[in-house]
Amino acid sequence: MTGYILKRLLSAIPVLLGITVIVFLIMALIPGDPATAILGSYATPENVEKLNRDLGLDKTLVQQYFIWLGNMVQGDFGTSFALNRPVLDEVIERFNGTLILAGTAFVLCAVFGVIAGVLSAANQYGWGDKAITFVVLLGISIPSFFLGMMMILLFAVNLRWFPVSGMWPIYGTRDIWALLAHLTLPAICLAVVATGVVARLSRSAMLEVLRQDFIRTARAKGVHERGVIWRHALRAAMVSIIPVLGIQAGFVLSGAVYIEIVFQWPGVGRMLVDAILKRDILLVQGGVVFVAACYVLFNIAVDVAQSLLDPRIKT
Amino acid sequence: MTAFLKLLARNRLALAGGIVLSVVVVLAVLTPLLPLPDPDVTNTSNRYVRPFSGGTILGTDHLGRDLLARLMWGTRLSLAVGFAAAIVAATIGAAIGIIAGFYGGRTDNIIMRGVDMLMAFPYILLALAIVAALGPGLLNALIAVAAVNVPFFARNIRGITVGIAHKEFVDAARLAGLSNTRIILSEILPNVVPVIVIAMSTTIGWMILETAGLSFLGLGSQPPQADLGSMLGEARSALITNPHTSIVPGVMILIIVMSINLLGDGIRDALDPRLKSGALSRPMAATRVARDGPVPQPTGAGLLEVQQLETQFHVKDRIYRAVGGVDLAVKPGECLGIIGESGSGKSVTALSVMGLVASPPGVITGGAAHYDGADLIGAPYRKLRQMRGNKVAYIFQDPLATLHPLYRVGDQLIEAIRAHRPISNEDGRAKAIELLDSVRIPNAESRIRDYPHEMSGGMRQRVGIAMALANDPDIIIADEPTTALDVTVQAQILSLLDDLRRSRGLAIVFITHDFGVVAQLCDRVAVMYAGRIVEEGPTAAILDTPVHPYTAKLMACVPELGAGKRRLAAIPGLPPAVDKLPKGCAFADRCHRVQDDCRAQDIALRRDGGRAVRCIHPETPLTKAIA
Amino acid sequence: MTAALQLTDLSKTFPVGRSLFGSATGHVRAVNPITLTVPQGETLGIVGESGCGKSTLARMLVGLLWPTTGRIEIDGAALDNADPAEFGKRIQYVFQDPISSLNPRKTIRQIMEAPLKRLHGMKRPEREARIAEIFDSVNLREEFLDRYPHEFSGGQAQRIGIARALAANARILILDEPVSALDVSVQAQVLNLLADLKTEFDLTYLFISHDLAVVEAVSDRIAVLYFGSVVELGPAERIFAQPRHPYTKLLADSAPVVGRPLTAPEAAGSELPDPLNPPKGCAFAARCPRATDRCRAEVPHLEDRGGTRVACFHPLD
Repeated sequence: MTGYILKRLLSAIPVLLGITVIVFLIMALIPGDPATAILGSYATPENVEKLNRDLGLDKTLVQQYFIWLGNMVQGDFGTSFALNRPVLDEVIERFNGTLILAGTAFVLCAVFGVIAGVLSAANQYGWGDKAITFVVLLGISIPSFFLGMMMILLFAVNLRWFPVSGMWPIYGTRDIWALLAHLTLPAICLAVVATGVVARLSRSAMLEVLRQDFIRTARAKGVHERGVIWRHALRAAMVSIIPVLGIQAGFVLSGAVYIEIVFQWPGVGRMLVDAILKRDILLVQGGVVFVAACYVLFNIAVDVAQSLLDPRIKT
Repeated sequence: MTAFLKLLARNRLALAGGIVLSVVVVLAVLTPLLPLPDPDVTNTSNRYVRPFSGGTILGTDHLGRDLLARLMWGTRLSLAVGFAAAIVAATIGAAIGIIAGFYGGRTDNIIMRGVDMLMAFPYILLALAIVAALGPGLLNALIAVAAVNVPFFARNIRGITVGIAHKEFVDAARLAGLSNTRIILSEILPNVVPVIVIAMSTTIGWMILETAGLSFLGLGSQPPQADLGSMLGEARSALITNPHTSIVPGVMILIIVMSINLLGDGIRDALDPRLKSGALSRPMAATRVARDGPVPQPTGAGLLEVQQLETQFHVKDRIYRAVGGVDLAVKPGECLGIIGESGSGKSVTALSVMGLVASPPGVITGGAAHYDGADLIGAPYRKLRQMRGNKVAYIFQDPLATLHPLYRVGDQLIEAIRAHRPISNEDGRAKAIELLDSVRIPNAESRIRDYPHEMSGGMRQRVGIAMALANDPDIIIADEPTTALDVTVQAQILSLLDDLRRSRGLAIVFITHDFGVVAQLCDRVAVMYAGRIVEEGPTAAILDTPVHPYTAKLMACVPELGAGKRRLAAIPGLPPAVDKLPKGCAFADRCHRVQDDCRAQDIALRRDGGRAVRCIHPETPLTKAIA
Repeated sequence: MTAALQLTDLSKTFPVGRSLFGSATGHVRAVNPITLTVPQGETLGIVGESGCGKSTLARMLVGLLWPTTGRIEIDGAALDNADPAEFGKRIQYVFQDPISSLNPRKTIRQIMEAPLKRLHGMKRPEREARIAEIFDSVNLREEFLDRYPHEFSGGQAQRIGIARALAANARILILDEPVSALDVSVQAQVLNLLADLKTEFDLTYLFISHDLAVVEAVSDRIAVLYFGSVVELGPAERIFAQPRHPYTKLLADSAPVVGRPLTAPEAAGSELPDPLNPPKGCAFAARCPRATDRCRAEVPHLEDRGGTRVACFHPLD
């Protein structure tokens, strides 16, 4: 098992390098001149040239890439010109917020999605199935930012159950209860879409498994229907559900961008959108590479979980 | 195509989705012709007019622009961009996927590495990076959304293509001289298109949401031009004071995406052949029973007595009479063979006894199965479950498919015991080892930790037998247990079953299509054709003097080893379809002894001296055969 | 009689496993070097259990797999081009699963026309005449031509498969388990049709099957395959009646036969050798009651022993 994890980690290196190349190339496509963007259009040509030299932009693309990569490996992601602080510090601080939000939403969507899918499949065509299917359909059809706005309107503005936005109260203590109060609406909102997708997939995976011969064997043995569903069918269905959970983690991370903006949540997504609108390239590059790297590591964890579940996977 | 549309229309939800979507699309197309105010004309003195007031239908926004006009133009834009993104992504993704899947090897490796790399980004990072590079704008948002979805299509289509590229008809096309390009275009593509359509119809909604999302972030359409997303984005600041400006575009997105998803699901269901045949239904815990007629009373003819059993499959409006009135009885310690060709109803008969016929579509519509005097067919599920594996156990055909792939065989054996009585872990382990020993699996102590895939076919089937023995049942129903095995392994399994039967006094119902197996193993045999028993009796007697013409012909068809090169006998024609059974004898059309009265009415099963036959013009009169 | 098909040292090795850099970590010999001659007009039966390499052999013979070593000669001319189209004119294949060997989205006519168009470049009227002629000889009605494969039963579909193979006008047909997906009563219809076609068109057959009785009934000679090698080759009427190789005897004794009492001819626990670690000597030695030290150390080769050829140091009398 340790060998397998090491092998997977090693095989992540080319993927991570590929990610940096893609990010670097996309950013290199940007028309215009970052120095001008930083200094504004009234900058003198001498100043622009000096800044370009400072930024290393007078070198070839390949040289620039390796300098950037070398610095990143040493933990230096550069400095955000708009915020005037190291990119890595900013990214880590913001990623913390995203992690709380997306992590909660991911756990919610995994738990409720799988349970809803199993119940739906176990009662196929029953009322429970129809209700779940309808809610799921609503969930995957509603734009999360619109849902967030409506939730604010209903639960924060009209009913005043939860705060409107932010991660912490402006005045007052920063304890776990304050965090939970702020987290509830955005986390649920973010989880809704992903739950829908997970539930749909779990349902069809369960239906697929329930027709298999080994389910008939379990029934022929006299295993109770509860055991057939939750022990036999769900375990086999997890083999196809787990990879979906891995993909959904990416969707939750992506959806967090909208939720962070709607709920004014201090996360990495909002930071990236601001950085793009301000053309803060180093911050965009650093943020994207950092989040993508975390996602790659997460997917390795998913693969390891998969290999623990399924003995047929060679480790 | 018409069949497809019919199927689609039958799905009411899909139909509703289709109608709503068509209305929206038609309105969007007609927008320039509608008498609407200019969507971009601002009138700040007239801002935030509520719906249905001030001469507007949906009110005005923060710049006093007419919301209805903006909504219609925005819908037009969002739909166009969403569809365009979906088509671009599907075309490029499918092309990449087909090429990777078809050529395989290095090409596949390189392409899929690239795709994996793109999928390693949470998609929005990639979209944001692309928009960051190209600059905000609707066209760039379209490119970004299409680009992030290409890997999804590529991977999906590649998987399907790999499956198709290994199908035998592709090999056949190669041998027919088709070039690779032609094979892709004429063999692969037509089989992949439905999958592309399904993938597209289930992702268009998603892409519309995505483009709307980028516009919402201010990275898509730029003012004053608006799509639905940017309308929402602009309205957000006035969410609390003037919610209608947010609700109008938001609800429109919801309507569009929901109708697309409903229609998409309908298209998927209509195109997926498995869904068409109802094969994706979940089989229930026990077969549905809907008996109209009276339930036969037990006669005490055997430990297990099946009487007038009728099992049907209800698929759409067709009724397949898989089993049409079967009578069987097994005494303790007896081995009864049921022989028949595919579709004769032999397996369905066996599975009906314990309610294991997949339902839907299976329904038991008549008869009874008495075990020790108690009817199993009408028994409540709780009762039935207690009997399953405990009194009556099953052995199935393909041991790789019938054992759970993710549990160790030892645990599966212990579970079989635990389903009926509590047992401690140590006792369970000891019992599992004992069971494996009893089916002659070498090194049972280490083998209980194996997973099914780590064993050979013969060993797996031994585990299947051990599992059936776990609770010392009285009857084992073996459904073609050796058909999937090699001949040398089959011989071992058969002799094992025979020994177990003699040492434990087991009754065995053995289902097979092989006369050789029946001859070697069974005391009595029942021959089935088109869902009914046509002949029954002691094995030796039937092999010696078959009475029913079908039995005689079928035996003549079986090549016997040791006779050298020769011409084999065949039965002309095919068995009748069980949803269109003829009125009289089902074998009449293929029978060499057929007379007019064979087709006139139902032929009864006549019993005499331990033998039974369903024929009025038999090969030998029954009375003569038993004499 | 001339040799219709001559195989010389034909073998196939597959790479298995993949290291981090995509190179193979091991090799599996699916077919050991085989040398065989099939005279014109013969039916050579090939029997063996699952995993013995019979399908790999068949796929090499029609160019769907490229052999690792050795060569294939048809009518004395070597086929050294991995182009299935080149093979297709001389040697054709009938698949095991009749339904899956027909493209579900093409009509039977389209399927039948492909070889005529691509291999022989026939014009439309010519093609129609040829298809009519072939359909007549396989007893299929011409109205079937405009239907789709799913509308046919297994037996009919297999006849369409045979018709397609005939359309290429090859003189040699590889029949890969052509009846094992069919019911007994239909099986004989197809086997008898094959026998008639053989006489009508002077064909040569390679008939691959796991069913001993079927192979015996249709073949002139039979080769028994075990673990990628031919272990016995002899006339059909003799090979199972008087087996010389212990494995052939085991096969013959295992087949369920009416009137023979049930016996397990072999103890449990005997399994096929591991392809990744093939045994040094005879592959059957571990299961063989007659095995000696020599069998475990040395690989026996096919040798002539009174009419049959046997790869065994201690053949049965």
